[in-house]
Amino acid sequence: MTATLTKPPVDVPAEPEQPRRKRDVGGILNWVATHAIGLALGLMFATPVVFVFLTAVMSDDQAFTSNLWPTEWHWENFVEVFDKAPLFQYLINSLTYSLLATLGMLISSIPAAYALAKLKWRGRNVAFILVIGAMMLPPQVVAVPLYDTWSSLNLTGTLVPLIAPYFLFDAFSIFLLRQFMLTIPQSYVDAARVDGCSEFQTLVRIIIPMAKPGIAATALFCFLFTWNDYFGPLLYTGEVKDQWTLSLALATFKGMHIVQWNSSMAVTFLTMIPAVVLFVFAQKSFVKGITFTGVKG
Amino acid sequence: MTATLGARPAPGKGRARSRHRLAVLGFMAPAIIGFVLFFVYPLVATVIFSFTKYDLINPPEFNGLANYEFMFKDPLLIKAITNTLWFVVVLTIARTVFALGVASVIARLKSGVGLIRTLCYLPSLAPPVAATLVFFMVMRPNGGPLDKILGVFGLESPLWFSDPAWAKPGITAIMLWISGDLMIIILAAILDVPQEQYEAAELDGAGPIRRWWHVTLPSISPVLLFGIVNSVILALQLFTQAVVAGSAGSGAADATGSTKYLGFPDNSTLTFPVYLYTQGFRYFDMGYAAAMATVLFIISFAVTIVLVQRMRKNSTAEEGGPGA
Repeated sequence: MTATLTKPPVDVPAEPEQPRRKRDVGGILNWVATHAIGLALGLMFATPVVFVFLTAVMSDDQAFTSNLWPTEWHWENFVEVFDKAPLFQYLINSLTYSLLATLGMLISSIPAAYALAKLKWRGRNVAFILVIGAMMLPPQVVAVPLYDTWSSLNLTGTLVPLIAPYFLFDAFSIFLLRQFMLTIPQSYVDAARVDGCSEFQTLVRIIIPMAKPGIAATALFCFLFTWNDYFGPLLYTGEVKDQWTLSLALATFKGMHIVQWNSSMAVTFLTMIPAVVLFVFAQKSFVKGITFTGVKG
Repeated sequence: MTATLGARPAPGKGRARSRHRLAVLGFMAPAIIGFVLFFVYPLVATVIFSFTKYDLINPPEFNGLANYEFMFKDPLLIKAITNTLWFVVVLTIARTVFALGVASVIARLKSGVGLIRTLCYLPSLAPPVAATLVFFMVMRPNGGPLDKILGVFGLESPLWFSDPAWAKPGITAIMLWISGDLMIIILAAILDVPQEQYEAAELDGAGPIRRWWHVTLPSISPVLLFGIVNSVILALQLFTQAVVAGSAGSGAADATGSTKYLGFPDNSTLTFPVYLYTQGFRYFDMGYAAAMATVLFIISFAVTIVLVQRMRKNSTAEEGGPGA
């Protein structure tokens, strides 16, 4: 392996320029105004969640009122909601859907993205355009025949119709992985070929190690997309309560406990935690992945 | 791009070539099978179903153009189309302008960038159901947090998700709260604008606003176009927020979304996909739902073509570069 060529260009959004120490009054005023607006924006985005949290820890009685600040802090609300609905079951369903779908996506999408990014073959461009077309298609367009098929296989009411497609084809993941793999210089691939690597060996030994950040970002997005999915679970598991995912259950929880703002907000808050945790641990992957869907498109 | 260059080792051409073809086929096989099973087949079947009467139990019965003819006589469908058009126009403009505005502010920050960027981006990761309930709580009339904040300024809160006139603006507010992904894309594009261009404009005596208008905006216009197309697609697909806001607003949500509550209040949240879902999976009028799906397909196909053409233009402009 001749891995001593140029480093691949890595697209990290640059931090803004350092201030050019202009100490004039206008500059300072400008600085203060910009940062005040920035801070206000940050607060604006954060405040709704703060209210959700404050409501979640209120007592049943107080949650009825229009008080915004809890008089007593009922942390046990976060635990008690597990008695009000089979949240553990929903959590397991959500994890089953998200983890298996992500696993399936990795198995099916990495080779396809590699073929689209690094191998030359007739029809490659058409294939890529078809991937984009599939990515843009509203899921409702194909829902009728798919539901029909899954129902004739007696698989509606299970998580299978949600998970199975990921083991074959996930347009967004193929698209994103291809965009990442394009940034790996072709010279690496050619060098591996000269060294006698087969296409498969090149994929396993060169591309996958180099595309790790991209693969991580794609897996994160796939996990979150399935975790957040509402239409799919509603369509296929809506009638079978013990197959519900958290997102689907959350939509009902508000209905079942309409008067109890504290309980419904506690569940709402809990379902948002995984995304925040993932983000904290993988902030760079997120930002990079997001950027790739747009700019490099 | 046809099979030329690079991929073909010089010696033993014939064998190497067929091995190369086999490798491509092997890598693409799952994707090809999946694409046929989950896109080609259902698309064809949707169009076929759209000419039938089908309730999922009895076999489909050919009924010609009846489903399409019924569309013109269906007041709820017209309502659904109007609602979706409302979102296509308002949501697209609002989301693009809002994301551009926030990104422009963040791009000018000198300190605290990371924190504020994170705060603006995080909501977009929340499950849409959760985001909708967050706003449903925050915007609740009579003593909700927003109501109280507006009260400080002497304003009265509208009824939001209980008022046909305010339900769509309420959903738009949710969509803006979770537009962080577009902000990040625009922010990256703004930070990519070469610094020399700003310096040149500054030498010409352009102030910050004119620099933004004459340098930033033209440089990021491809990304803005992406944002517009992306927002149009989002508006066309709007489903989760509409269903959840509608059923939460009506105060009675069994998760399966019992039909009478979808679209609450007064069908103002009945978007095209919600109505399609209602017809297909609540009334099991699969033929009519398939006809609507065909219409939705044609529209999103047209939008996709716009996007693909932009990408083509981009990749020819960057030809030879790694990002081509």
